[in-house]
Amino acid sequence: MSKIAENIKNKLEPKEGTLAHTAFDAFFTFLFTPNKTTKEGVHIRDGMDLKRTMVHVVIALQLCYIVGTFNIGHQHFTALGLHEGFFEAIHLKLAYGLIQLIPIFIVTHVVGLGVEFFYAFKKGHSVEEGFLVTGALIPLIMPPDIPLWILGLSVAFAVILGKEAFGGTGMNILNIALLSRAFIFFAYPVTIAGDQVWVSGFENIAPGAMVDYNWFHTGFFNGIFEAAGWALFEPGAAIVDGFTGATPLALAYEGGWEAVTQVYTESQMFWGAIPGSIGETSKPAVLIGAAFILITGIASWRIMLSMIIGAAGMAMIMNAWGASPFMEVPWYYQFYMGSFFFAMAFMATDPVSAASTNRGKLIYGLLIGMVGMIVRVWNPAYPEGWMLSILLLNVFAPLIDHYVLESNMNKRLKRA
Amino acid sequence: MKSHFVKSCSVLTTLLFLAPLPLWAQSSQGMGWGGLGLVAVAIIAILGAVVVVSENLLKVEAKRSGVDLQSRNKNPLAGLKRVFQGKLPSYLKGQKLHELSKGHDIELHGSPVPPKKIEEIRTKTYAVQPPNYRGIRPIPKLEVEEGQTVKAGDPIFFDKGHPEIKYVAPVSGEFVELQRGAKRAITNLVILADSDEITYREVPDFDLENSSREELKKHLMEYGGWSLLTKRPFDVVPDPEQDPKFIFISTFDTSPLAPDLNLAVEGREKEFQAGLDVLNRLTDGKVYLGLDGRKKTPPAAAFSEASGVEKHYFKGAHPAGNVGVQIHHVNPIHTTDVVWTADVQNVITLGALFTQNKFMADRVLALTGHKMENPTYIKTHVGADLNEILENRLQEGDNRIINGNVLFGSRKEEKNMFLDARSQQITVIAEGDYYEPFGWLIPNKLKPSISRTYPNFLIPDLKFHADTNTHGEKRAFVVTGQYEQMLPMDIYLQHLMKAIMINDFERMEGLGIAELSEEDVALAEFACTSKMPLQKILREGLEYVESQL
Repeated sequence: MSKIAENIKNKLEPKEGTLAHTAFDAFFTFLFTPNKTTKEGVHIRDGMDLKRTMVHVVIALQLCYIVGTFNIGHQHFTALGLHEGFFEAIHLKLAYGLIQLIPIFIVTHVVGLGVEFFYAFKKGHSVEEGFLVTGALIPLIMPPDIPLWILGLSVAFAVILGKEAFGGTGMNILNIALLSRAFIFFAYPVTIAGDQVWVSGFENIAPGAMVDYNWFHTGFFNGIFEAAGWALFEPGAAIVDGFTGATPLALAYEGGWEAVTQVYTESQMFWGAIPGSIGETSKPAVLIGAAFILITGIASWRIMLSMIIGAAGMAMIMNAWGASPFMEVPWYYQFYMGSFFFAMAFMATDPVSAASTNRGKLIYGLLIGMVGMIVRVWNPAYPEGWMLSILLLNVFAPLIDHYVLESNMNKRLKRA
Repeated sequence: MKSHFVKSCSVLTTLLFLAPLPLWAQSSQGMGWGGLGLVAVAIIAILGAVVVVSENLLKVEAKRSGVDLQSRNKNPLAGLKRVFQGKLPSYLKGQKLHELSKGHDIELHGSPVPPKKIEEIRTKTYAVQPPNYRGIRPIPKLEVEEGQTVKAGDPIFFDKGHPEIKYVAPVSGEFVELQRGAKRAITNLVILADSDEITYREVPDFDLENSSREELKKHLMEYGGWSLLTKRPFDVVPDPEQDPKFIFISTFDTSPLAPDLNLAVEGREKEFQAGLDVLNRLTDGKVYLGLDGRKKTPPAAAFSEASGVEKHYFKGAHPAGNVGVQIHHVNPIHTTDVVWTADVQNVITLGALFTQNKFMADRVLALTGHKMENPTYIKTHVGADLNEILENRLQEGDNRIINGNVLFGSRKEEKNMFLDARSQQITVIAEGDYYEPFGWLIPNKLKPSISRTYPNFLIPDLKFHADTNTHGEKRAFVVTGQYEQMLPMDIYLQHLMKAIMINDFERMEGLGIAELSEEDVALAEFACTSKMPLQKILREGLEYVESQL
């Protein structure tokens, strides 16, 4: 195997200093761990490298991808009043989800990796793995109908201004995936907020609105499904009466937990059969991913634990206060709604933008939990807070670390 | 205490994940068999997670209570037993014991097996290597000419900065060659050894009781004893003008494939104690001894019953045996402090100067590593020709010869195949000059790793054939908290490294650079996901701080 790799390298490697070489190097090191040996310092190295770290997060996200893809279709058909059972017409829901998701995934990666490759070439270093995770996260935190040009723009913005401007992987201050979402949130708010965007396939969410199918639905997949004798996409279908597309959080903001339970059951919210961003609705999928990165030691349990405590504590305080219907939602039900667990498991734990000292991590997580809950409940424009609270605490993380380090330095000074 | 905290936190997390399950299971009754199946899968997955986490915690607990983890026991429930076995061995009762919860023991193949009788190897040539002594100028002044005969203990060279400190010959013979390296720095002063008995330069009797410290210092500098000592911080040859605040000797080594120092002191108990007595005269403070509290049996009597010293036992994974770590837990130092250390065999050499009136540079040397045929112990002298020692002992293939251990040691090649002055171990491992298809994703072979993404952590006594492949490329700092887990000291290592990189003197000093030396950060460097050269960065920082003082 090693011989084959050497042959490939000798025959195909382009001249150094070209964009082709950067690309070759990226793919070659992806295929083969390089033959570098230790030169100075330690003589053996741990089997762990950044690629492996990153890929484990991506593996942890796979369940979210599967359930998320399915849920795009499920929400679509729920709006049409067709195949309303969770396990009915799985093939249609998956096919519909894939048609929505794959372009999002491709655009994210083409834009993001393009920027990464270009800057790696410009700076003359090898392509770093940061985008492996960012690229896997971004599709999961987007609404299923996100216009692709807005998505491309946001990814380019986040990667260039959020990361490359600061020096590349490991140097960014803000979480890249959340930055791309925040860009859309502030630049194109109608595409990412309100009741209209979470259910895919319609111009606007209103009873009677017709579906918007293209060749992939009616031509490609219907062809396959027809041959198999399964249910088909129906181009004439329309949204049923009474469907609003509102998320549980939007409902809770209006009328508290009662308003939510009139539309969704607890099990729907738990399993993720609710409208929302692509990957965050299903709690089991997210929690299994979280357990995976906790057990493998990739993510920090300190951040996750303190974030749960912070959010729960803040929700309890709000319960005690009870000034609005949303504040009266029992604190444990707050975890059923929205993307708390996804933000906790995959966003807050990003080691680069989080606090880097152990004590700092506890403070950081706690504050994210508290601030996020405040934004969720009190923000009149948009009833969810994790993106904003994590970005806010990203900015404060170096400050938290600074004080932890200062206390360590003071301890040493006092001893002297 | 710490591990209890970790434990309770983890249990709490697990509970938080588990607590809502019954609720969810109840509410999912309307979901049919498929839904229930998914619940079952989720429960199994989470239970699996709990089992794995608790097994891990048990191991932490077992390690903490000093239970023998090396015993080959692959039963997953063994962890439970270990905890209940875990009681302090009787020899530790009433002693000053430091239990360190951080760090990691790297288990490798090729640990040395003590032979019935340790073979002594005399090589044809020996070399005095000025680069072994940090803090002296690269081109020292020679006291001998080519072709001159020398006795063991005769001065060979001195540093122009401190001409009173003599560096002496380890064996007797004829000084034959001066070898130079880059920028004409002197690398090796080669001695063709006498083939028969070593003749020693006679060291005059010295009355330890009734002489002043100045006289003692002069005696040591003249007869080669001074160069056996190291000053902390910065790891340099001590300055004769300064008296140390205290002197610290670590009597055990926890690094990978480390030699058992009890063997080194066997039969040399008197010299070791004499060495400690000499050290006691050199400081107004204490002489501390760091002892091994990891084993079921007490360390050699020479260590555990040494007199005139304060003994501290240490228990925990590597780097618990490092003198820097031990100092941190007993009496932490600052940049301006002066503390001396010496390894066990150097203390013995120091003692022999007074008991036998000779400079005896003999060493018990462990020959280790998976590329070594029959890893064992031998006796030889400082500066011995490694080519000759390793002849017929190495396995075929592309090998790396290391003077020291795999974490902290100098690479030995053609030009410097001589045993370093401070060494008790030679390690030979395979070079890792190969490509590994998808090595980062699906490892083709077992690799030592602290990461739980490898199943290694389930089998704590698994041994590895580690090679020199870097298993990845250098990156910027990304992962946090990893270094701190590998260093049982209250030091934010990653932030210290960043402070060094930006030449922030105050931060370096404040974050405790003075307490560290390369061997202490070596384990963190091994574990580093970003493949950072921590030892190199630390040395740059130490040099910078030293230049600013």
